[in-house]
Amino acid sequence: MKALAFSAILTLTASASFACETVTLGDLTIQNAWSRATIGAGRPGVLYLEITNNGGTDDALVGIATPAAGMPMLHETVVSDGVASMPHAMAVPVPAGQTVALAPGGYHGMLMDLTAALKEGETFPVTLMFQAAGEVTVTVDVLSMRAEGPDCADAGQ
Amino acid sequence: MRLTGMQKALWAAAGIAVLAYATLLRDTDPSPGIVADAPFRPTFSLPDETGRLLSPSDFGGKHLLVFFGFTNCPDVCPTTLAEVAQVMDDLGPDAGNVQPLFISIDPERDRRLGLADFTAAFHPAIIGLAGDAAQTRAAADSFRIHFAREDDAAASDGYTMSHSPALYLIGPKGDWLRQFTYGTPASEILADLRSRL
Repeated sequence: MKALAFSAILTLTASASFACETVTLGDLTIQNAWSRATIGAGRPGVLYLEITNNGGTDDALVGIATPAAGMPMLHETVVSDGVASMPHAMAVPVPAGQTVALAPGGYHGMLMDLTAALKEGETFPVTLMFQAAGEVTVTVDVLSMRAEGPDCADAGQ
Repeated sequence: MRLTGMQKALWAAAGIAVLAYATLLRDTDPSPGIVADAPFRPTFSLPDETGRLLSPSDFGGKHLLVFFGFTNCPDVCPTTLAEVAQVMDDLGPDAGNVQPLFISIDPERDRRLGLADFTAAFHPAIIGLAGDAAQTRAAADSFRIHFAREDDAAASDGYTMSHSPALYLIGPKGDWLRQFTYGTPASEILADLRSRL
């Protein structure tokens, strides 16, 4: 039943592309939310996006939730002395006046226990929880496994 | 140009001095690694998904582009394989002279999840290799790379892997040529390969 409801969400939102849309929450803007397609649901998915803090007060991303995964968590890829590890990140700092990217090789959302395989061209919602600004839900575009980012005019700023 | 006897003697002396100095440098070089007369030839003997045991000499003199990783890795491994796929596409006709290899450092789980499907999703040329624990450790030791299992109750199956995330380039005779550190753009890898093929 849960899977069925989830497919309905996917179907309803599959026709549009959202990654290049900007979502606003107070002084925060969130854009370029994307993920990679997965083969089956046995391996974790990933979540990347950009957060800009236009305000004068520091904030932090402290949690993520999504119907697409049973256990979504924030992680950070750390390469130290030539070894990559992926510790759990308690929070992603979003300092005043700065843009922070969850991007390949750095902070990212790790979507464990996927509800279903993530298919290229589909979308799914993710709710972002900020320490100060509260919660906001963004729509994540599932790109190909080979994607290195969404193809937006203002991407990679 | 004609040299006088004195000039010849001086040139000869200078030459001998240079040779002597070079010998001194080489003999006192403290690093055990790569010296010109002792090529570093990392090796492996690992099965692909069909069970065929493969070693560096089985690839017909191709350059090998080797990555150690695991398929349950959502960030570093897909990012690197996506770059390798881009390089293979951009090589065009030269792609036949390069063999990309994905060596699993989490072989038991990767075999269960399916290694060939995973590598093929990035590029059909990539061959995935997954041995037993001893074969995997031997390959990593030979390449002098690090990997370790890290218990993490919050991770899938209760553990994750840390590993060296670079790409290693092996020449047609098995010589270690260089590494591309994690995050090297596909265009840079492509240019380096083009200069060698």
